[in-house]
Amino acid sequence: MHPYIPHTTDDIRKMLETVGMKSLNDLYADVPQEFIYKGEYNLPDAMSEDEIRHFFEALAARNVKMTCFAGQGWYDHCTPSVIPYLTQRSEFLTAYTPYQPEISQGTLRYIFEYQSMICALTGLEVSNASMYDGPTAAAEAVRMAVASTRKKDTVLISSTLLPQVKEVVKTYASYAGIVIEEIAESDGQTSLEALTTSLASGRVAGVLVPNVNGYGIIENHIGFADATHSAGALFIEYCDPSSLAVLKSPAEWGADVAVGDGQSLGIPLCYGGPTVGFMACKKEHLRKLPGRIVGATTDRDGKRCFVLTLQAREQHIRRDKATSNICSNQSLMALWVTIYLSLLGPKGLAEVNERSSAAAHHLCKELLATGLFTPVSDKPFLKEFALDYKGDARALHKALADKGILAGVVIGDHRICFAVTEKRTREEIDYLINCVKEAAL
Amino acid sequence: MAKVVTGLKYAETHEWVKVEGEFAFIGISDYAQQELGDVVYVDLPADGEYITKGEDFGAVESTKAASDLIAPVSGTVEEVNTALDDTPELLNEDPYTNWMLKVKLLNPSELDTLMDAAAYEAFCGK
Amino acid sequence: MKYYDHLIFHYSKEGRRGYTLPKAAVTTNEQRTVNRELLRNTQPALPEVSEVDVVRHYTNLSQMNFGVDTGFYPLGSCTMKYNPKINEEIAALPAFASIHPLQPVETVQGVQAVYAGMEQMLAAITGMKYFTFNPCAGAHGELTGLMIMRAYHRSRGDVGRTKIIVPDSAHGTNPASAAVCGLEVVVVKSNADGLVDVEDLKPLLGPDLAGIMMTNPNTLGLFERDIKEIAALVHEAGGLLYYDGANMNPLIGKVRPGDMGFDIMHLNLHKSFSTPHGGGGPGSGPVGVAAFLKDCLPYPHTEPVDSLTNELVEPAKTSGRVSAHMGNFGVILRAYAWLLTIGRQHVREVGPIATLNANYVKELLKDAYKLPIPSVCKHEFVFDGLINDGAREGKEGATTLDVAKRLLDFGFHAPTIYFPLLFHQALMIEPTETESKETLDAFISIMHRIADEAAEDPDILHAAPHDCPISRPDDTTAAKHPVINWTDLNSMNG
Repeated sequence: MHPYIPHTTDDIRKMLETVGMKSLNDLYADVPQEFIYKGEYNLPDAMSEDEIRHFFEALAARNVKMTCFAGQGWYDHCTPSVIPYLTQRSEFLTAYTPYQPEISQGTLRYIFEYQSMICALTGLEVSNASMYDGPTAAAEAVRMAVASTRKKDTVLISSTLLPQVKEVVKTYASYAGIVIEEIAESDGQTSLEALTTSLASGRVAGVLVPNVNGYGIIENHIGFADATHSAGALFIEYCDPSSLAVLKSPAEWGADVAVGDGQSLGIPLCYGGPTVGFMACKKEHLRKLPGRIVGATTDRDGKRCFVLTLQAREQHIRRDKATSNICSNQSLMALWVTIYLSLLGPKGLAEVNERSSAAAHHLCKELLATGLFTPVSDKPFLKEFALDYKGDARALHKALADKGILAGVVIGDHRICFAVTEKRTREEIDYLINCVKEAAL
Repeated sequence: MAKVVTGLKYAETHEWVKVEGEFAFIGISDYAQQELGDVVYVDLPADGEYITKGEDFGAVESTKAASDLIAPVSGTVEEVNTALDDTPELLNEDPYTNWMLKVKLLNPSELDTLMDAAAYEAFCGK
Repeated sequence: MKYYDHLIFHYSKEGRRGYTLPKAAVTTNEQRTVNRELLRNTQPALPEVSEVDVVRHYTNLSQMNFGVDTGFYPLGSCTMKYNPKINEEIAALPAFASIHPLQPVETVQGVQAVYAGMEQMLAAITGMKYFTFNPCAGAHGELTGLMIMRAYHRSRGDVGRTKIIVPDSAHGTNPASAAVCGLEVVVVKSNADGLVDVEDLKPLLGPDLAGIMMTNPNTLGLFERDIKEIAALVHEAGGLLYYDGANMNPLIGKVRPGDMGFDIMHLNLHKSFSTPHGGGGPGSGPVGVAAFLKDCLPYPHTEPVDSLTNELVEPAKTSGRVSAHMGNFGVILRAYAWLLTIGRQHVREVGPIATLNANYVKELLKDAYKLPIPSVCKHEFVFDGLINDGAREGKEGATTLDVAKRLLDFGFHAPTIYFPLLFHQALMIEPTETESKETLDAFISIMHRIADEAAEDPDILHAAPHDCPISRPDDTTAAKHPVINWTDLNSMNG
């Protein structure tokens, strides 16, 4: 047999005898024989651990390691070594969903802590146990807005949201009969005027805007919540959770719901997954909040403990009337960010943002000083900014890629969005600037 | 044995109706609350909303189940029993005294399609 | 397991820090005056904890958790098989972990080779032709599969197909996913054998049918032997067949859904493909389609340029973008490693041994537990409670819940309880192929003991568990007065 399959020939013989069968094939006697696959399985030969290592090392060698100056929702922040050390503990890693609370207090408690920390960052009162990622969390928030207001079918989303967020939201909406309208931008951010005009239709159930937009600009949302609420709609902020260490929180902007992607909280880039999506809201919307939720209670002896609660909203009970179809979420990644936030604390997280921001502003200034770029906006930014290159942006990007530098993300023919984190050294930043100057020659 | 109160009309989906002139009080039967277990939340429409016979107008949640409330009659919501917001367990204690909605009947002939107490009791006994 | 009651906030003290950042690249404070209006007024209420305390706290929390590495999980429909450790090593390789998802595709050919290689292997096992790895979990895969179905019908101008048939025995995610996808759920009944009732199906077929969602074997662990007829009927009515791969395990190495007439399917990598559950994710729900549906796959999708290189495309009639990038790459890596470990030589063992294990347990416990459907099962089966629950004058009998709680005292996780809904005292048991005969014998022995205890005095079970950190939490209060944020906790402890 195989290391993962412990049965000896003798075991199999005895077990077949117990079930009254002669061979393993007999177990499939109720299957129409035409469906029993008799062909060859076109799989590679079984490998040993060492062979597997060699196989993947060869594959990994076909990836180019690049110094990351790209963002667009995915940031190369530092990952403390403590985190994988703890999340790899098998009692966390190999545990099932905590449906039996008596032997899952570990999982339930860290989810409770995670919920609490998301509330601390967003300023909102309740959070769920996690979603797949930021864009799907946004799509769920859009559905939640429509479900909350019963008769309205339109949700307004800012044109300045990251493209992946807009696309996932539109995909979900297109099947659910929800109308999505983009709110135009003005001077680098979502336009309040455009928003107000669109709200006048009376059919808007929700409004989704980013706290930091696709150009890295920190948006000013004064008046947005008021306008949205006057129209009877839900106000949803899409946020980079790391930025909430320093920036105005969704609660302070008057949001009803906040969503975003937790990758910026120390999760490795890992080609985009796994990550964690978060969703928090005001208490009054609790019953419409999708996803698992952990709550505190006591056991029969009065001991404090934690359980999955409000499960009647979920798919396994409510079925087609459930708030969402979500079952597995990203529990271990919620643990990841919980440990990250515990290690960094509010001051550490603020420092991450301040250093990233200082480095980003330095890079921006130096790039502008080369005379090769013009700014896209004079609006304030945090750790990511967009510049228009006077030449062919794609060619520049390629030239720098050949030098092992991921020089931002190209948008269109001329625009490049650069992001800098606390992980980038002075040498790396200077090298980027020099390569840019060289490429232009 | 689930309690059935005479003088009320019952739907197959276990809602009861008590008619008072042009109005009707709506609630869930003892059978329903027994099936649900401890009620933890009641989701009801707001004043002024319409409910349509045969369509769902809300839900009752317990820890292990969530049941849609199906309108036994059509009408406009006059009043909602707000006591159920904080104390949903009232539905377990006495589901007949603790009504959920008071509606103004839109089409009183719909009452003819509902069961009386004896018929409902027989229905539950099946 | 010992009861440990702290939360991380208990260790918080102002001024503590658990991590040091690298040297600042820029030391001069360039005055970037961000408008005060844009900054938060108070710092977020996050804990301030030292590294040591963080490590101790989470280590202690983990010790109140049960995992596959601790013991047996007979959970039906969850396929809690062993999670290989070589997979963890591969997933952590820096050359994969450090890749930004927006790196140009020429620079991530190793990553793309993983997607391409996985597509080939899953196609070989399932008989489908193409796979997308963008969905992040099984339910997400179901949703994606339904989106593909709708996109296909729409692309042919067949916009009236808005109904989907779901068996009454289906897992809750099926109707929930259908609802999220804007489809109307129509339920088809099961017959006395526990299989989809074909006569009940016929009147449900019509021009408004998008398709049918099925799992085979079904949630009762029974093979839907009428699948050929069902497939023909649904296809004839213009609908498509969707396969819920949650029950794929017994078919691995034995039967291919593609051969049974399914057009679309999803797999749960965190079930049959050995990736760890993580306490509730991250999983991965790749979706496979027959050749004619290729253009409806979500984007981005990996496609070969030549035998060595791959590119990313947006399929011509794409169903859309379902997640941020290309799904849970780290999870996909783990599944790939498992497939390579099993390989051609061992794939034929997976399904049959899992099935043997299930039938063995069923055979030896049917004298103590009610077996509503005695026929041969596949990877899982359902009991409908105890044969003798010990009910007597003045004492309630032992329920399935009581049996589940008592099992915890003996170092086993409980089976799936109260699902499928067809049976009121349902106990669904699935012993995967990675459980030895000895483990199963120990489980059987304990289940007999519990049945004997119930017959003798059901209060022993009512009072269970006796040996866990906590016992029978109050779910009702938790739902009535939810306390889901640390700031709402009244405890002094923290």
